[in-house]
Amino acid sequence: MAKLEQGDPTEMGMRTEQLTGRTQQVFFSAEESGNLTYPWAPEVDFEKCSEIDAENLSASDINKQIRSLMSEGYGTITVLNPGAKHSLGVGILSRLNLRFEGSLGYFGCGLLDGPNVVITGRVGWSCAENMMAGTLLVEKNAGSTFGAAIRGGDLVCRGDVGSRTGIDQKGGTIIVGGKTGAFSGFMMQRGRMVILGDAGKNLGDSMYDGTIYVGGAIADLGVDAVEADMTELDCEWLQRKLALYGMETSNGIENMTKIVAGKQLWNYDNLEPSEKKLVL
Amino acid sequence: MGYDKDIDHFVKGDGIDSEREQSIGQHIGYRYDVNLVPDYTRLTTFLKDYISKMGWQDLNWLEDVHMGYEENRPAVFDRNINGWVTVPPDIDLPDNQQDRDMIARELLIKFQMSDRHPLADLRKAYAKF
Repeated sequence: MAKLEQGDPTEMGMRTEQLTGRTQQVFFSAEESGNLTYPWAPEVDFEKCSEIDAENLSASDINKQIRSLMSEGYGTITVLNPGAKHSLGVGILSRLNLRFEGSLGYFGCGLLDGPNVVITGRVGWSCAENMMAGTLLVEKNAGSTFGAAIRGGDLVCRGDVGSRTGIDQKGGTIIVGGKTGAFSGFMMQRGRMVILGDAGKNLGDSMYDGTIYVGGAIADLGVDAVEADMTELDCEWLQRKLALYGMETSNGIENMTKIVAGKQLWNYDNLEPSEKKLVL
Repeated sequence: MGYDKDIDHFVKGDGIDSEREQSIGQHIGYRYDVNLVPDYTRLTTFLKDYISKMGWQDLNWLEDVHMGYEENRPAVFDRNINGWVTVPPDIDLPDNQQDRDMIARELLIKFQMSDRHPLADLRKAYAKF
């Protein structure tokens, strides 16, 4: 394990000592705090509700108002008339019920870490990019790169989505109620993608790991994406997860197609153990 | 992996299976199945409280958290520091992967939500809002 030789490693500051990519430190103790939220997260009450009329506000002002209301303890916030503005609801790192009555533009709700978001309309490109935790439900359709680089949480679209859904997915669950476009699951590394309708060309192209379940037809599989057998655990998980969002597949869960990585492309064998964690 | 192996494969053995692994004397890749979905009958009380607090109906992002190993010690990977956090040696680990994963999830939450977590210092130094 790498150790810092200079001073207290918990103190901030520049260091000249080079860390070589090994374990950073063992910080954990069994008596660690029992907090259920980040220490800096505002304490909000889900029962305390507020509304923002976004019609004449800029994206920046809307996001600032959301933060301001959270700091005042509002745990349920509804944004009216979002008007497909870009980059709304981004960077929310704590628990919150957030509802958009309308559609969002590009890069909506990126970098989420905890909130439960509902969007009653459509979303543009790259919705929920880099999502870390929480839930996000889009009632209508979504654009391309839906859930790009998502690392955790549930990202759900009841309608159809564009191409490259879940590109570079590193965790979490993406559920698509309708069809998904070409190159969905491109370079997927882990996590689960559930497509209840049809999947476009090159599904799971160059995927390293993770699982894709498809209820409809698959146009074709990408490089190193292969079909695998559905297991009882898969079926139980799908049943439970889809029920959370009131969704179901027309052909029955047990008849879904499961796609995993063939692992013929990956070159982890060439990596030293200490380097492997960098790709987690 | 898709469960073509025993779920507890890495609990029961050292993961040195293939010819290549035997020749170099160490396991290649993760010593857990990244695709293993959680068994919800094994949720701990702490995790139930966490789920309830967040307003979720399941483990959400914690579904991707598993008990792994760092230098042969049980450890959990913390994405917020991009490093492994080893499990204290005084914690008795169960003999199956599903229960170990639940413990890993609980330990990780306790660690991340502590004000001793490295993010707390980073936030003080660099947070914009």
